[in-house]
Amino acid sequence: MLSGREVNMRTNKLQKKILVILLLLCLLTPIGILLPAFFNTGDAWGEWSAQTVKELVGYVPKGLAKYSDLWKAPLPDYSVNREDSSIVHRSGYYLVSGIIGATITYIVMLIICRFIIRNGE
Amino acid sequence: MHIPDGYLSPQTYIPLYGVFAAAVTVAVKKVKKEVSARDIPYLGMAAAFSFIIMMFNLPIPGGTTGHAVGSAVIAILFGPWAAVVAVSVALIIQSLIFGDGGITAIGANCFNMAVFMPFTAYYIFRLFNFNPAKKSRVLFGAFISGYLSLVMAAILTGIEFGIQPLIASSSDGRALYCPYDLKIAVPAMALEHMLLFGIIEGLITALIVRYFLRNEPGLIYAFRKGGKYENK
Repeated sequence: MLSGREVNMRTNKLQKKILVILLLLCLLTPIGILLPAFFNTGDAWGEWSAQTVKELVGYVPKGLAKYSDLWKAPLPDYSVNREDSSIVHRSGYYLVSGIIGATITYIVMLIICRFIIRNGE
Repeated sequence: MHIPDGYLSPQTYIPLYGVFAAAVTVAVKKVKKEVSARDIPYLGMAAAFSFIIMMFNLPIPGGTTGHAVGSAVIAILFGPWAAVVAVSVALIIQSLIFGDGGITAIGANCFNMAVFMPFTAYYIFRLFNFNPAKKSRVLFGAFISGYLSLVMAAILTGIEFGIQPLIASSSDGRALYCPYDLKIAVPAMALEHMLLFGIIEGLITALIVRYFLRNEPGLIYAFRKGGKYENK
């Protein structure tokens, strides 16, 4: 049997390992820009802009026109500059967005969990 | 699968906000009871993992893009209720900061990917591990759990898209929100997830379950909750 202390050390080691894996995954996120660009694929189904919907069905549905610009996200489409069409730049913005987003998600989740969970302290 | 603003009518997104709020209320109580403070870092990593994996847009050549969600593996490892909280955090941050998924559609997107999907995944996985299950069977179950839960969540999303022309059209017959009906939306969402994204979700689910079986099998929620596993 492992002692409680040994179990904790093993757990910490595993958690550190997983954090490293997550960081590596972050560094690979530009794949999410490069692969679709390479195969020249369009938007995800049902995630078109109002303009694209007009090209698809010939008109912009009224509700869609009303709601589609409801929210101004600070980093829309995981980018700091949507006008910039350079694939290298877009990959860079995407990577930075990935790191920012994953870090915020991690921290927010930790804070929420600390609020919810009090047992086992 | 992130529904943007303007695709769902208020008659759709408001009730889904309600259902999501109810699910979160229960999830908070369950997580409080089921998760020990020692495992909090894992849940943080699970939420971050879900955020990152959704950024891997994969192309279907000549068609659209899509991605895995990570809900299945989180549900198996940490329980479906913990998955509700973790994946919701990722989705809400994607919506608010990156405009991925509409703010009116947060309830719908969280219901599809952070409530419906982890529960579907968890119970599909549990179907495979009655009797002491062999490792190969556990991993096969994990794959099927990831594959089917993503495909079913995609179909649910397709239904939400597809009912919009029925709910809200103007007098000239034009849709007010999503312009595609069930006959188009459901097969489109189902097929692309059956062909590619579901397979990716299945593979990452099996791969990560395998990693935890090797490194920390005692942590896996599905086995602590009575699913039996034979370490061979």
